[in-house]
Order: sequence, then C-alpha cells, then structure tokens
Amino acid sequence: MRKMIEGSRAVAEVVGLCRPDVISAYPITPQTHIVEELSQLVADGDIDAEYVRVESEHSAASVCLGAVAAGSRAYSATTSQGLMLMAEVLYNIAGMRLPLVITAVNRALSAPLSIWNDQQDTMALRDTGWLQLYGEDCQEVLDMHIQAQKITEDDRVLLPVMVCMDGFILTHTYESVDMPTQEQVDAFLPKYDPLYRLDPDNPYTLGAYAGPEMYQEVRYEIQRDALASKAVVKEVARDFQAAFGRWAGDVVDPYKCEGAETIFVALGSVVGTLKDWADVRREQGDKVGVLKLRCFRPFPQDELREALGTAKRVVVVEKAVGVGAYGIVASEVRAALYGQASTPQVSCAIAGLGGRDITFETLDEMLARAQAGETDFFAGLRTELLEAS
Amino acid sequence: MSAPEFTYEITRGFLPGHRACAGCGQATAIRLVMEVVGPKAVAANATGCLEVFSTPHPESAWGIPWIHSLFENQAAVASGIEAALKKQGKLAEGVKVLAFGGDGGTLDIGFGALSGMFERGHDVLYVCMDNEAYMNTGVQRSGSTPFGASTTTSPAGRRSFGEDRPKKDLPAIAAAHGIPYVATASVSLFADVRRKVKKALGIYGPRYIQIHVPCPRGWGYDEKLSLDVGRQAVECGLYPLVEWESGKVTRVRKIKKVPVEEYLKGQRRFRHLFRTEEGKAQIAHIQELADENIEKYGLVG
Repeated sequence: MRKMIEGSRAVAEVVGLCRPDVISAYPITPQTHIVEELSQLVADGDIDAEYVRVESEHSAASVCLGAVAAGSRAYSATTSQGLMLMAEVLYNIAGMRLPLVITAVNRALSAPLSIWNDQQDTMALRDTGWLQLYGEDCQEVLDMHIQAQKITEDDRVLLPVMVCMDGFILTHTYESVDMPTQEQVDAFLPKYDPLYRLDPDNPYTLGAYAGPEMYQEVRYEIQRDALASKAVVKEVARDFQAAFGRWAGDVVDPYKCEGAETIFVALGSVVGTLKDWADVRREQGDKVGVLKLRCFRPFPQDELREALGTAKRVVVVEKAVGVGAYGIVASEVRAALYGQASTPQVSCAIAGLGGRDITFETLDEMLARAQAGETDFFAGLRTELLEAS
Repeated sequence: MSAPEFTYEITRGFLPGHRACAGCGQATAIRLVMEVVGPKAVAANATGCLEVFSTPHPESAWGIPWIHSLFENQAAVASGIEAALKKQGKLAEGVKVLAFGGDGGTLDIGFGALSGMFERGHDVLYVCMDNEAYMNTGVQRSGSTPFGASTTTSPAGRRSFGEDRPKKDLPAIAAAHGIPYVATASVSLFADVRRKVKKALGIYGPRYIQIHVPCPRGWGYDEKLSLDVGRQAVECGLYPLVEWESGKVTRVRKIKKVPVEEYLKGQRRFRHLFRTEEGKAQIAHIQELADENIEKYGLVG
C-alpha cells in the first residue's frame, strides 16, 4: 500500500511486519523516531513483542544477543556514539553467529559533538563481521530490512546485518513508499527456527573460549561465510523482486555508467543527489555515471571491477575519513581495481562530514579536481576556517 | 571394596571435570547453587574464573543451556533471554533464568547493566561469586577488595598498606533498588546457601545473591582451608550474612564474634599488616569495620 510517511516511521512499521519477539533500544538522536514509533506500536498491541527499555546501547545489543540465542527474533536501532558503545557486543554477536538485524542510523562521531549525518560510525564497524547494506531512499531502506532479516537467518550466512540509513536525510524525510502487507512479509519471511538455541531440553554451551589451537579456524569460517554471503544477498534480492514485484537492488547498482568516462561511487542518500547531478552533466555533454555501493560488507570486488574497469576515472564520495591514511571506501575500491590491465584513476573525495550538504557545486568541484588529476582531497572545505598548520 | 558408583544426578546442572584450582571456593558454590536450581534453567555467565574453568572449547561442565558473551553484559544478556523465554511461554512453564558474574564483572564493569536488570524487574536470579579481586587476570584490585588487602594493583609497599578503600556494599545497593530478594551468603555454610537459593527461586522478579567464595591462590592460604577461611569471615563480622526483601532487612545470621585477626592472620594478602605498628593500626580499623557491620545488622545476641 502506498503511503506518505517519515523514514523513521516507515522503518518502525516494516520492523513490526518482520515480527520481532524482542525489541531493545536506547534513545539517541536521530534514531529516536524509530524507537518511539516502535514503542507506540507495542503499546497499542500492533506489534506483539517484548520491548526492553535498557540503560545503554551496550545493553540494547546484549539484550538482543540473549534473545536471539534463546531462539527469538530481535531488533535494535542506534547511531553514532551508540554504535561505538555497542561495538564490543557487535563483534561478539557476529562471532557467535547470531542472526540479528539492526538499523544503523548514520551520524558523525564526537569530537566535536555533532548529531548530523556522515558515515564515520558504520565505517568504523566494517570489520565486525556484520554485513552492511546502505540505503539510498526510504523505500530502499524499508525493503532492505525485510531482505536483511532473510539474509541473516539463512543457514549459509548466520551473520548479523546492519541496515545503514543516513540520519535526518532519510530518518526525518517524508517520502511516498510502498508498504508491504503483513501477508506478503509473512510469506517471504518464515518464522525464525534456529539450529541452536538455549533450550533446557537440549542444552548447549554457547560462547566457550577458544585457545590458539581453535580461534583462527572460527575466524576463518566467519570470513569464508561473509564472503560467500554475497550470493545470498543477490539471491534474496531476486526472491524479493518475485515476492513484492519490485527490484530492490543488487550489491552494486549502476546509473548512466554506459560509456561513462568518470564514474562516481557512493553509499547511501547522496546517491540520489549524484543521479540528479549526473542527469544535468550528461545533458551538458559530460560523460559521468554513478555506481551505488548498496552492499559494503560483503565487499563486491568482482562487481566493482566489472562496473568500473572501463572508466577513465573513478571518484569515490566518502562521508568518512581513514584518518592518517586515505578514504576507507576509496582504499578498498583501489585494491579491488589493482592489477587490472588498465586501471582507472581513483580519486577519494571526502565530503559531507557532520551534516555538511553535498550539493551540485560540491560534486562539480569533485569532478574538476579529479579531472585535474587530484586523487585525495576534501571537497566543500571552508578553507577560511582553518588554522595555520 | 569397590568404589561407590558416582552419580551426576544431583549435580547435573554443573558437572565434575572442570578446571578450577584446587580449593576454589566458587567451584563449590556453583555446585551448591546448581544442585538447588536443577536442570530446568538457562544461564548467562560473565567472563571470569567460572566461565574460563568451566568452558574451554570444546569442553563444557554445564548440563544446562549456558551462554558466555562478554565481561560486563551478563545481566543484559540474561534480560534478553528472559524476554525471549517470556514471549515463548517458557517462563510460565517454569524455566529459570540465571546470571553469574564475579565481583569485578558485577560490582565494577557490569554494574550499569546489573542496575538496569534490577530496575526493569526481569525474572532473573543473579548470583555474584565474590572472591574480592580480579582473580582470573592475576589478583588485581576490584571494587569488592576489602580494606587492607594487598593485591597486584593495590600492593602493600613502603608507602601503602594495600587497598585503602572499604569494600563496595553492592548488596545494600541492590536492596535499594527495591527488588524482591537480596542475600549475602558464604560458600562455607552449605545449608545456608541452599536455603537462600531455594528461597530466591520461589520469588518472581530480579533476585541477587552474593556468595563469599575464598580463593586460595589470590588470598594466599592453604587450599584445604577454603571453607575455614570463609567461615571466619562470617564469624568476625566482616562478611555479614543478611537477607533483604523489597529493600528491607528480613533476616540475619547471628555470629560468635571472633576478632578479625583470627580471619586476617592466615592470609597472605593481609600478612603485611602484622609486621609493623602502623599495620596493627590498620587492623584496628578493620575491626571497626566489622563492628559497624555487627551493630548495623545486629549480628550478635
């Protein structure tokens, strides 16, 4: 059913459609509208779940961990500092191979304190063992939640998934979305029935420690299965299309990349701006295209090679910094393209930090500087504010 | 004469064959707890001695479903298990949810999560194994380390008598949450531990039992003396055995009141106090701490 709805409320509704048994969260801007709406849905009996109002994000993630281990479906949402406080538990959930979906609202990290959007928070968690999907608009974010639940519970995966959603830009934007029905979601998402659970009739020990003779193999399996999960992400996207009648994304998603000299690679909501900008520049005769990186973990190396290999140059738009080195995504894109017969120039354009708008002017600047051969720069920087180095 | 047949029946929640040190107080305490709890339970365990000596993969001493996640989140993990089992209808069928932590994992790093579990009213029995320092990492000082004890991070030295702060009174803090049941116990008093666990299991809501569990390696005494050392701690008043119900003291265990020296002198961690006059002044202060407990809870008479 089509409805005009705020991004956060759309997420809350779709989370409800996925029938979580346990919801646990701690409020933090700009995740608040999601958990407020979920609280109301539970309070009204529209979601039949235990809502555990915890004292920290560390405990929110831990409550979810316990609930999933006990054989129930769980859910949480957080952002920024909350993700950092959860980080220890996030590694643990992945290491214990517990299926869980959280909404990771993207927000800058302190200091300085900023409640506004960038993607430093989830980028810092890229090695946790969680799969990461980045949504461009509210519809995609909504669809990703259903797909993510299916992916994480797949026996071939059993790794948790973060659905990454730009704070304010998506969470607080009203958009017309196609909200699926409960029947549709129920048909797509069977009841959670784990292989192992904390059950007194069949007791298992979970979370035993591993010595040097065991640990590496456990970590190897996580890496092996995370890499292999790409096939499941693609399979679930196809199944989703069959069930819901709309295509909701591959691991990468090209826009006007045919014959493009310069391809911009980006994650999340900025992809929408990039598409509009590419339309304008194409009309002006500039051969630009856009590649949406929808799935950052597992990292789609083969797809990136295929999509970017024939371009003259690539501009990676980064809302995070690999401080002391280069852009995080750009480094991985460069590595993916390394050793090809002809490798495009890969420029890393850091922009949009702490909620700074990425405008057409910012993108014009990125293109011009990349065309001039610059490979690592901040775009849209207010140089008049900088202290002398 | 053949050896009597050994049966796991009464201890099937926690089985022999684990790797605790000889004389370990909490290995005995967990057996007492699990004898009463039985097999129809799920446990969340903090990182610590109990976790490490019971579950070196692929071995496990646990006969109940058991999970270890991290050092500070067992109360939250147990909260999540409880919420899930409630939704599944298993709590109503009588499945008990337990959480275990050492004093470091409970009084220090896991304190916030524990308070959250209390305040939200989860139906969880939390048992703290109190051996008064971080034993698993090599006897570092915790918030539960008693005044005067020398640990590897509060060592006695030329300018130090060891730990210079009194033990954090977590049972009183737990009681201040108004939770239905709080008790302190000592592994040395088997029947008392069993009675308190049994009582706790009959109550709905968050329950907290803190068991004093002597540690021969960390405290420095002969491993065969664990139960004697534990009993002395109770009898001198330094470890008062108290029960609170909904925030009010409802029962205390009366003591004979032996001087604290009787308890302190047999332990390496207090040995430095007996060597100097200044040290003896510290022992006098420890006696005051015991006397305060005796007066506060009416332990004598």
